[in-house]
Amino acid sequence: MKVFGQKPTPSAWFGLVVMAIFMVVVIFTPWLAPYEESANVGGTWDEPSATSWLGGDQIGRDMLTRIMYGSRMTIAVALAITSLSFLIGIVLGFISAVLGGWVDIFFTRLLDVMLSIPSLIFALIILGVFGSSIPVLILTIAVIDSTRVFRLARALGMNLSVMEYVEAARLRGEGLWWVISREILPNARAPLVSEFGLRFCFNFLFIAGLSFLGLGIQPPYADLGGMVRENAAAINFGMMAPIYPAVTIALLTVSVNLVVDWMLSIDARPSGAQAEL
Amino acid sequence: MTRLIVNRLLLGVLTLFAVSVLIFICTQILPGDVASAVLGQGATPEALIVFRKELGFDVPPHLRYWNWLLGALQGDLGVALTNKRVIVDEIMPRLANTLFLAGYAALIAIPLAVGLGIYSAINEGKLSDKLSNILTLVAISMPEFFIAYLLIIAMAVNVDWFPSLSTVVKGMPLSERLYQSTLPAITLTLLVAAHMLRMTRSSVLSIMSTPYIEMAFLKGAKRRRVIIRHALPNAAAPIITVVALNMAYLVVGVVVIEAVFVYPGLGQLMVDAVSKRDVPVIQACGLVFATVFVVLNTLADVLVILVNPRLRNKS
Repeated sequence: MKVFGQKPTPSAWFGLVVMAIFMVVVIFTPWLAPYEESANVGGTWDEPSATSWLGGDQIGRDMLTRIMYGSRMTIAVALAITSLSFLIGIVLGFISAVLGGWVDIFFTRLLDVMLSIPSLIFALIILGVFGSSIPVLILTIAVIDSTRVFRLARALGMNLSVMEYVEAARLRGEGLWWVISREILPNARAPLVSEFGLRFCFNFLFIAGLSFLGLGIQPPYADLGGMVRENAAAINFGMMAPIYPAVTIALLTVSVNLVVDWMLSIDARPSGAQAEL
Repeated sequence: MTRLIVNRLLLGVLTLFAVSVLIFICTQILPGDVASAVLGQGATPEALIVFRKELGFDVPPHLRYWNWLLGALQGDLGVALTNKRVIVDEIMPRLANTLFLAGYAALIAIPLAVGLGIYSAINEGKLSDKLSNILTLVAISMPEFFIAYLLIIAMAVNVDWFPSLSTVVKGMPLSERLYQSTLPAITLTLLVAAHMLRMTRSSVLSIMSTPYIEMAFLKGAKRRRVIIRHALPNAAAPIITVVALNMAYLVVGVVVIEAVFVYPGLGQLMVDAVSKRDVPVIQACGLVFATVFVVLNTLADVLVILVNPRLRNKS
């Protein structure tokens, strides 16, 4: 069987299947989840049983149900962040590459300064001043993340904007938006798609990390990072409660990375070094 | 070469200055009114006025920035809002703890990752290389706290080798301090070593495709010898950059790891300040973290200039 016209490697198959399962679960959570999102169905950190496959959480809610709703929340927020960050990064990056001049200088200098503050620290500063709410989280991380997208988009735009067909479009008098959306964007699609996967992973981990620190998505919403934090104390009694949400996070990010790795290796093959020696 | 280095150092200072402006804008100007943002909607007008005065908001922003910068340069970062302690006194011992942990992790991670990265490049395409590719990919895509909890289960719960919380206090003997911070250090090592290994491998391999390396192969030299004698000297610069990049990453990764192990470092202080919305402390911690980050990057660039033989004879 082929995906995107290529035969996936075994590790890529693993990634694709896990991603598909996540997609189904996240879309149909309310129908698939065994219990209500915040229903107490047992005691604190109940052992896994036939009715509650992963046991209970710190206040006796069903772990599996919470993980399903938590994945839904965290994935939705991470997707929103990545989409917004790509919108900002690609638009500004292409404008910077096509216009050049002081616009380009302004954006690249601003970027250099922003990149000299580690992203987690930057996010903590903004969240500390504005307080943590989902809109603030999405906007903050999207802006921080767009710096990385901007870099890639600008480099791609630089390479593409000197192509003859872009030159031709300009000479026949097309506007800036037409050149960007009709000439440059379609040709930059492949690298941008794999970058989307990587940025999604990064943002997903970022949100999970912030929630783990208690500064991300706030209760009563279930979210994976927050669940690890809330259940962390169980580990001292040798119970696995915080491991389940953590495994869920790792499973998704590892899968996306495996697929992206495979997609990148299609473009790169055969490696020059390997072919020559 | 001296001119290059001086230029790079000046650029570092300039970057730091720009970073301090950005932090100031984000914490003091962007929110509009920090006082009502922090106190919330229920605050009385009198409380707001007192609080604004306390934050120094009766002074125009450029003067406020200037005072803050001058203070920071003289080692005065102000007073915390919540407990009225002097921020510098609070930051210094914690910064030392954080740097100790990061340094401990770096000592294990750098030789391990660079060594294995080169080994992986020598054995490109063989089973060990493919295995390390998958393992490192898995390691870098996992959340930090997951690796930490796995290690806690393996080494603190199942067998009682290390404590699951690192209690580090002032005046502790070095051996005890090392013992207490071993588990967080191993976690950090795993985090950055995977990154470093991958990047070292790819920077060695990118040099492997150059013509002079092909020449060495055609001469009949063994793969091992070509890599160590011919490729490595030129791969030194990218490897140094990789190491510096990851050291910077380490300083940030420390924030989450400190939270897992309740390690008394700067990251914990900052996270606490953020949840209490103590703006002066947030500003100060942000500035310190950013400074460490910029200094590491500047050092790396200077080292790269120093090890590049092509730049040595130019005056």
